[in-house]
Amino acid sequence: MNKRSILLGTVAAASLFAIGAGDAGAGALNDHTEHWKELWGHVLLDIGGIGVVFGLVASYFLVSYRRTRDDEVGKGPKFSFAQSMAWALIPAFVFMADDFYLAASGWKLWNDQRIVPEGAMEVKLTGRMWSWDFDYGNGKVTTNEEGLIVPQGKPVVMRMKSEDAVHSFFIPEYRIKEDLMPGRVTYLWFLPKDTGEYVFTCTEFCGTNHSNMWGKVKVIPAAEFDAWLNPPAPEVAAAPAEGEAMAEGAAPAAEAAAPAGH
Amino acid sequence: MKEWIFTTDHKRIGILYLVGSIAAFAVAGLMALGIRVELMAPGTQFIEPDIYNVMLYFHGAAMILAFLIPGLTGFLANYLIPLMIGAHDVAFPRINAFSVWLFWFAIVLALLSLAIPNPPDIMWTGYVPYSSQYSSGNSSFYVFTVHMLGFSSILGAVNFLCTVIFMRAPGLGWMQLNFFVWTILGAFVIQLIFIPVLAAAVTLLLFDKYFGTAFFVPDKGGDVLLYQNLFWFYSHPAVYVILLPAIGVFMDVISTMARNQVFNYKVAVFGGVWGVVLLGSDVWVHHLYTSGMADWIRIGMMVTTLLISIPVGLLIISLVGTLYRGSIQFSTAMWYTAASFWLILIGGLTGIPLAMTSLTLHLAETYFVMAHFHFIMGITATFAVFAGVYHWFPKMTGKMYNESLGKLAMTLNFIGVNLIFWPLFVIGVEGMPRRYQDYQMFPQFEVSQWWSTIGAVIVALSTILMIWNWISGAIWGPKAPANPWGSVSLEWTHTQSPPGPGNFKEIPKISPDWHPHEYSKA
Repeated sequence: MNKRSILLGTVAAASLFAIGAGDAGAGALNDHTEHWKELWGHVLLDIGGIGVVFGLVASYFLVSYRRTRDDEVGKGPKFSFAQSMAWALIPAFVFMADDFYLAASGWKLWNDQRIVPEGAMEVKLTGRMWSWDFDYGNGKVTTNEEGLIVPQGKPVVMRMKSEDAVHSFFIPEYRIKEDLMPGRVTYLWFLPKDTGEYVFTCTEFCGTNHSNMWGKVKVIPAAEFDAWLNPPAPEVAAAPAEGEAMAEGAAPAAEAAAPAGH
Repeated sequence: MKEWIFTTDHKRIGILYLVGSIAAFAVAGLMALGIRVELMAPGTQFIEPDIYNVMLYFHGAAMILAFLIPGLTGFLANYLIPLMIGAHDVAFPRINAFSVWLFWFAIVLALLSLAIPNPPDIMWTGYVPYSSQYSSGNSSFYVFTVHMLGFSSILGAVNFLCTVIFMRAPGLGWMQLNFFVWTILGAFVIQLIFIPVLAAAVTLLLFDKYFGTAFFVPDKGGDVLLYQNLFWFYSHPAVYVILLPAIGVFMDVISTMARNQVFNYKVAVFGGVWGVVLLGSDVWVHHLYTSGMADWIRIGMMVTTLLISIPVGLLIISLVGTLYRGSIQFSTAMWYTAASFWLILIGGLTGIPLAMTSLTLHLAETYFVMAHFHFIMGITATFAVFAGVYHWFPKMTGKMYNESLGKLAMTLNFIGVNLIFWPLFVIGVEGMPRRYQDYQMFPQFEVSQWWSTIGAVIVALSTILMIWNWISGAIWGPKAPANPWGSVSLEWTHTQSPPGPGNFKEIPKISPDWHPHEYSKA
């Protein structure tokens, strides 16, 4: 009995490992958000299966072993040593096989999530009670009110630090979060696949306005993003109606335009 | 009154634990109701954020530290263990009395923390540096409450380990213990080893906040992550301090009500209970998956956390197996136990994705986590306390509660908790974060939040019915038969209901072929 159970467990573990390692995607751009959704589907099937088996067995027992006579007693099985070990080892190996399968697939996704692709755009994030600053590296900084502005289709890595309490930067759409730990720099990355606006928010309790520490990730086409990040030199931007261009533009033009603007 | 306050009788001490922990449950439950009502719609309805945060803090801290742990390891262990092992009392009755005093003082202190100008708002986790540098709340009240409850539990642990090791009735072997006794032993071993770590963590927090030390201040060379490690080094095993005795209660109830031996008793004891104790100490990092820990330890603890499924799986196989070919009588306690299969399955299985670091990068700190631990720890263990009260009610009072009212309250409670937490599982996966007073960024979750609140109202009603059943049963209930469930366990066969001082007129002598879960010879 023992030998057979060990064999069974090993075979189960090996085959499940093979399944786990089998579906290596060869896509051009690693998108851990998609992989998260796939793995989540697998895990739901896995735990759903276990749940249905145990649930049906328990329900069947509860219904079919109701007491019918007052003097009735239970007739549960008495086990020999070998039987009781079998009832320990076989389930233990089945559970362990499933655990290792899940661990292997979880680890695979983990590598996708933690290994930042080369050429990812870097944004420095500073969190504090209760706001966020996004620093794009060339002097451009946005706050949570303006949002995190990123180009479509390019991986973005956030290098994050906190000025006070622990915060956590969470973008539900991309299935990713990581804490901002005072005294450390932490990171996360994601791939903004489609244009649009997606909520980011704080998920580590940080006091009064914890639930107001949110904003939008604004994914815009790459060309639009480049124009936003590196605006054309002010001389070239001839239109004087633009507020920002005016400030650094030629003084006479700004003076001329001022009454109309404000 | 005096004979209750100064009592050294383990049964009265047990009742004192029950009254205190149910009081804590009631207050913390009202907090939960307030929280749910606030969350019926986005924006602020009735409760401002600062008050809301205090309520969250109090709900978590009181439910775990002042209801679940004292309810299971205070009330049930105190009342039942000397009776189950055939002892006159615990090993150190006066220390036992001191334990319950500490517990009551801690409850008073916790309640006082709500009356002071700046009540703590630091969540039951008390994460630094918010709790030590930025919160205006009085973290000291929380720290001293933890100290007192910790001392109370350590004294209880020493007391009960000594009691079971040295005071078993003559002839009562280790393999003849009620399953509940084994689970309590496991729980107290965990308490004895790990409580000092929690006490150290909160003490250092106190020093940082009030005495200017810098254990957790990064600017001065301290480390924020240290606190989280110390805190969860205790607080994850604490989950098993709650879960193990809960499973013990269910196992004893099933064995008695199905008149059936525990399925694979020895494997459930050594593989299940002690497997959980052993492995449960090596999984705490799964609370820190998003905290910027080194990648290798996050992966390592993912594997150990998943492996917890083995001992827990063995325990569940024994729970289900004990029904097999049994003769099940459905008392109210058995209804709670049957429902707990559902709770343990849902709560346990939703723990599996949370064990996986990579899935948890999305799920951490969302309603999914919150619904998961409410199922497996909160509600399962609460049902165990309730099942325990109902099952041993005739023993404690000598009277019967109303069976139909008990089943009605249980049904409402079960419907209510499912209505609360299923919508929260769903919106949790969609990204609804925990500990939010407002969710204006997620207006689409309003319907789920609304239904969840309806569930909370149903649970509140069912709790009132249940407590009324207990009180009216204890006062006006009909006299209970000596052994209403036909149990073969010592507390039913060899003592009166309720047992007098000293429990046994004569300490029973145990023959080697007797077993508290053996019915086929009767």
